[in-house]
Amino acid sequence: MRASVVIFPGSNCDRDVAVVLKAVTGSTPNMVWHGDSELPESDLIVLPGGFSYGDYLRSGALAAHSPIIRAVVAAANKGVAVLGICNGFQILTESQLLPGVMMRNASLKYICRDVHIRVEQSGTPFTTEYSANQPIVVPVAHKDGNYFADEETLDRLEDEGQIAFRYCDASGMITDDANPNGSQRNIAGVYDKTRRILGMMPHPERAAEPLLGSSDGRHMFASLLNSLQ
Amino acid sequence: MKARVTVTLKSGVLDPQGKAIAHAVAALGIPSVDDVRQGKLIEITLAEKDPERARELVERMCQELLANTVIENYHYELEDA
Repeated sequence: MRASVVIFPGSNCDRDVAVVLKAVTGSTPNMVWHGDSELPESDLIVLPGGFSYGDYLRSGALAAHSPIIRAVVAAANKGVAVLGICNGFQILTESQLLPGVMMRNASLKYICRDVHIRVEQSGTPFTTEYSANQPIVVPVAHKDGNYFADEETLDRLEDEGQIAFRYCDASGMITDDANPNGSQRNIAGVYDKTRRILGMMPHPERAAEPLLGSSDGRHMFASLLNSLQ
Repeated sequence: MKARVTVTLKSGVLDPQGKAIAHAVAALGIPSVDDVRQGKLIEITLAEKDPERARELVERMCQELLANTVIENYHYELEDA
């Protein structure tokens, strides 16, 4: 599987993603600078977590207009899989590859801790190694992760199976208490219509080996390897 | 020309920052505040002298970058620099 990881000024999870991809797929991903306007041939593009352009104006808003994102949009439109994690998710909504927008956390606080999220469906390119409704443990680390879309859009996402993950308790129940940031309908991750583009606030790459406290996130990269090679 | 762009949250979109400001105002002992909504003010100096063309440019900036129209409204005023 040929993977490319985009690096913005302020990205800080790019190396973590690269380490997991290498460990799971056996090949070293291409690291692509935000100022480049061309992507290497890729089966998967990852927009990693961190901060881009200081997150000025709105998180992801300036990155969404960087030269590399034009190339990412063009590749995505041709069917290349795209994974946006945290700041990467914010960039995907700002570039309108995914619906909705990230608002400031309802608590106004930066939140950095492990959460449970429920895998809403198995069998997408990102989730073949999970079962439907399985709760998994992955950390969140963000201040702007409060997912918002209007009711009509939320209903459509539900109807068309575009909700990827929801914040849940340890048993997989979707409760208000399990929602760390105020996201509408506990949404932690969404797909585009084709389910080849995924944006999520939690960090699967930070839960990819036992030493990190959870290996649950590793299965996402194993799923991608199975689906895309 | 100069453009003064105001970006505000749409009504119905929760504004936790506005609420926090309202709480702080109450803590100052200032009464009679029912609600606070916060937003952004962006001042832009344009080389363009023609108001009609300047308006087109500012409109494009608002649509494509300055506001996220999923949650935000914008309006602007133009004045001679």
